[in-house]
Formats: sequence, C-alpha cells, structure tokens
Amino acid sequence: MSVDATVLEVEDLVVRYPIHRGLVGAVTRQPRRQVHAVEGVSLSLQKGEMLALVGESGCGKTTTAQAVLRLVDPVAGAIRFDGRDLVPLGSRDLRPVRRRIQVVYQDPYESLDPRFRVKAVVEEPLLIHGLGGSKAERMERVRDALARVELSPPELFLERFPHELSGGQRQRVAIAAALALEPDVLVADEPVSMLDVSVRAGVLNVLDGLRRNGLAILMITHDLSTAARFAQRIAVMYLGRIVEEGPAAAVVRNPQHPYTKALLSVVPRRDPRDRQRPQILQGETPDAVFIPSGCRFHPRCPVAIERCSIEDPALARPASAEDGHRAACLLLPARS
Amino acid sequence: MTAPLLEVENLNVWFDLEGGGELHAVQGVDFSLEPGERMGLVGESGCGKTTTALAIMGLLPPSASVAGRVLIDGEDILAGGEAAMRPHRWVDIAIVFQGAMNALNPVRTIGQQIVESLEIHDRGKGAAARARTGELLESVGIPAARASRYPHELSGGMRQRAAIAMALSCSPRVLIADEPTTALDVMVQAQILELLDGLCNDFGLALVLVTHDLPVVAQLCNHCSVMYAGEIVERGPLDVLYHAPGHPYTRMLFAASPDLGMGDAPVLSIPGAPPRLDRPIDGCPFRPRCDSSFAACVERPHLRGVGDDHAAACHLNEMVTA
Repeated sequence: MSVDATVLEVEDLVVRYPIHRGLVGAVTRQPRRQVHAVEGVSLSLQKGEMLALVGESGCGKTTTAQAVLRLVDPVAGAIRFDGRDLVPLGSRDLRPVRRRIQVVYQDPYESLDPRFRVKAVVEEPLLIHGLGGSKAERMERVRDALARVELSPPELFLERFPHELSGGQRQRVAIAAALALEPDVLVADEPVSMLDVSVRAGVLNVLDGLRRNGLAILMITHDLSTAARFAQRIAVMYLGRIVEEGPAAAVVRNPQHPYTKALLSVVPRRDPRDRQRPQILQGETPDAVFIPSGCRFHPRCPVAIERCSIEDPALARPASAEDGHRAACLLLPARS
Repeated sequence: MTAPLLEVENLNVWFDLEGGGELHAVQGVDFSLEPGERMGLVGESGCGKTTTALAIMGLLPPSASVAGRVLIDGEDILAGGEAAMRPHRWVDIAIVFQGAMNALNPVRTIGQQIVESLEIHDRGKGAAARARTGELLESVGIPAARASRYPHELSGGMRQRAAIAMALSCSPRVLIADEPTTALDVMVQAQILELLDGLCNDFGLALVLVTHDLPVVAQLCNHCSVMYAGEIVERGPLDVLYHAPGHPYTRMLFAASPDLGMGDAPVLSIPGAPPRLDRPIDGCPFRPRCDSSFAACVERPHLRGVGDDHAAACHLNEMVTA
C-alpha cells in the first residue's frame, strides 16, 4: 500500500453529543449525560479507493462522515486532508477544503430543491465557490458533470425539474452537483438505499467508475452485499468503534470479529441454495449513552467470556488474517 | 379435492384518473396459497404489488374498481361488497404495512390498540382482552410489560413486531406482509424474518411477502410470483426462478441485486422504467427494457406453463419448446 496516495486520514476521532438535562434536571443536579457517538475511530482513504463504513443504525457511521465533512465538531482526534489537520480550522479556512470533500445524501427526493432545474442544481456549488469562470464556461462544467454520471446527452436533462426525473436520475443529479467542484473525496451516505432495486446498480456503477478515475469514496451503508461488491476496503462499526477493518474480500470471506460474522450470516442471499442458518443477535444496538464496560459488544456477543466485560480490546491483526486486516476481539490470538 | 386456503382469480383493478381515463393497475392476477406456504410477490415500485394486496383485503379507495374473485376456503369474499368482506378481514386474512410508525396510532399505547382490535372483533373484553394482548406481544417477541408503551417509545423493529402482533390479534390464517423489513437494519430485518418464519412453521400461517428485494424472498419463501406492469409475468419455486428463470425480467432483477458471493461479477441495472398503465400496452410490456426481445414480442405473451410448477409469460419459452 503506497502511503503517498492517502488523501484522507482520520485519527482517534471522538464525537459526543450532550443531552440536555432541562431545568428540572439541572436543579436536581442530575448528572450531565452524553451520547458517545464516535469513540476513537481511525481510518484512512486512498486515492481511487472506496471504503465502506458498515454497521447498524446508531453505530456512529453517519456521525463519522459528518465529522469528516466538518459538519459536527469532534471532541478529540485529527482529520488530516492533504497533510493538514481540519479540526482546528475555522469556517473561513475550511471553505477551500469543503470544495474538495463533497457529499451525496441518502434521499434524492429531499436533497434536491424542487424549484431548481437540473442545470441550476449542478451550477449552484460553482456559484457558491466562485468557480467556473463565465456563464458559458460554467455550463460547460455542468454538462461535463452530467455526462460523468451518465445522464446523457446532458441537453436532455438540463432544463428538467427534479419531479420530472426518476429516483435513480435524481441521485445522479445529486452526484453531478458534488462532482462539479471536482472534489478529491466523496462521502456517500447510503446513496442507494432509497432507490428501487432495478436502478441501484446503475448509481453504484457510476460511483465505481468515478472511483476508477481516481476519486476517493467514503461510503456509508448498512448493506454488506453492496459493500462486498463495490468497496475495496470495509470497516465494520459497532457502538462508536471500528471493530474490524480490512480488504473487502478478506472481511467478507474470512471475518474475524464475532459481530462481523453475525452480520454476514444474516445478509439475504439471492440464490436460495446459499441460504444459511442465520446467527441472529438478539436485541438492538444498545444506547450510546451507557456504553458497556470492557468490550462494548460483549452483552450481545455469542462467544463472550468473563474477561470481555473487563478488558477493552484494541484493533490488531489476528494470526489467521492477512496483511491489513484487523479486528478488535480478545478471543483472537494476535500475531506475535 | 378441497379448495385452497386462499385463491385469487383473475383479479383486476382500475383507478379512475382525475382528468378522465383509467389506470389498469392490476391485470388478471391469479394465485393460490395453502396453509403454511410462504409466497413472495416481487417487482419494482409501481408494478401493482401493493394494489394487489389491498384489493385482496378490500381496502382500496372508492376511486378503484375491482373485478375478479378472492376465495377463502372456496367462498368469494369480494362478491358481496363490504358485508361479505367484513367477517373475513383481519379474521381470516390480515395485512402488515411497510411503515409500522404509520400503521400505529401515535397517541395510544400499543396495548390499547391491540385490545381495541380484539374488542371490535369480539375476541374478549377487559381483563381477558388485556391478557390476550400480553400473549400476542410475547408471541412476536415483545415482553408483555411493554404493552403500556407508545409507538414512539419503541425502536423500528419493535414497532414492526407490534404491528404484526396487532395483525395477528384475530388469529388469521393468511398474513400479507407488505415490505415488512424495508426500513430496517440487517440484523433487525433478520429478526423479523425469523419471526415470520416461526409463525408459518408453528401456526401454519400462510404468508404473502410483498417486496422489491429478491434476496429477502429467497431467504424466506418457497414460491414466488414476479409482477411487472400489473400482471404476474413469472411464478415458480425460487430455486427454479434463480437457476432457470423463464422470463428475462426475473433474470434481470436477480442480476441487479448485489450478492455477498458474487466477487467481481457485474451488477446490472435494468434500463428504462416500467410502462405507464393509463394507456393500452402493445405487445409484451417488458419489450422496451428487455435484453432479448425479438420479432414475436409485438404480440402480448400470456402466462403459461414452462415446467413443473413453473409458469412464465415470455415468447422465448415457445421458441425453446417448439
């Protein structure tokens, strides 16, 4: 793995949201509580790579993405982009950086302004950042962005309103608007989960093509099938921590952490002959206000031992895993 | 031979459009279901899956006209209007909707809502109804003590379980589940699928699983009907649909779903969109999007047997057998 190609590096990121006690709570001196959304996440993203951040709702994957976009303020940690830490930067210094880290949201029915024509949606980021030169030059960039998301010929779409587009086309417009600024990093937060199955593949293939051309993509998803097919690396999050991380094929074929194993076992397979006995974890992700002691997964873990409620495991390469594949579990004999 | 538990015969639904004209949403749908059987009903949005489900339940708005027969134990429940439907709805056949939050009343506890449905259907009153509510909640994996919770106090998965408990309140024999896991996480989805699986195995409940997610159907169902443009274009055992599909639409739907074991194999979208149903369709409705259409496709194909327990509406099958 060449170090030079790293575009984004997150180190020991911590994000907590305070819970308001209210007046009664303050007067009766109830303790201040916090949601521990992200507790020490580190990851790196290379040029031309898609990293899938997977996990259940409430595991902190979207908060991690929002911190990378600097939409929430981390309590601790560093977010290095282009060798510079973004965390201490103020909004003025962040502006040129924001152009280079763009985002696509889950719901293209809500993320596009219904009164804007496609050309205005894609042009707006250029206007905001004062880029693109003359009107004619901007329109050229708009056409180029639409072509890159395979809305072609662009002339067919420029004058349309979002309601005249299908869900898949809308999501492509949202991606085109992000691309107009020629970012280095694209954060895609569940980009296809609202779309019909028949058009999901088209949007995913567009993202895959952009990645092949050098874009670095941080994909947030709860769909392991999509992550397995399209991402180069997968990071599995549980309750604010990355519990396993590695090359996508290694994580899917040779999962190490009991949580990853359980998640993979419940993914529906399209071939009925691949049906397997799912290993269903009971309950749901616990409240991120009260983090369990020791390994935070131990209350739901099928193989937990007593030590797991005391010791908090760190990410390490297990003996049975390949290079670059790490998991945080006390039961995995580490490589000496 | 006794009549099947549920039989749907030549079901058609038209919606009156505001500007005049009609939309033919469901076009001659047939299927039947035996106790304990799980059938998937799949297709893209707008292909008539949910309309079919609502028509079977007699829950369509007045702007819809319905023709065809829906038989339970051989008795047509559509023929006599609301009076004929009422004794069967929720009692013999029940439905669970996609957004469990919208199906539950936000200002009443889940217990009150289930008690109410029991009382309306004369399945007990007062303490007896409350006791039965506790049993129902336990049967779907919710501790009985949570009956006093409001919907917003429950997670998405728990709300979906509560909605299933309510649908089961009169011990129906057929349950229609319309996208029951779509908004849920994978692990919670697995829990709900396991619950439905258990209900079919333990109580002989017959299940119609309506979804656009073929892998979910492959996980839970034995049989599947694929709908396109308001009609069933293929039906058969899932294993056959995956390994030897009789309709290109089925094959393309599978090819559009990423799979854990697929490696680098391509995931292909289906170009275009389903046709509008407010105007007559010439020839095969899938022809404009099909990757293997040929001259014969200008004629509309009809569903016909192509193998054991397997039927498809595609001219390609005539080529092979001819």
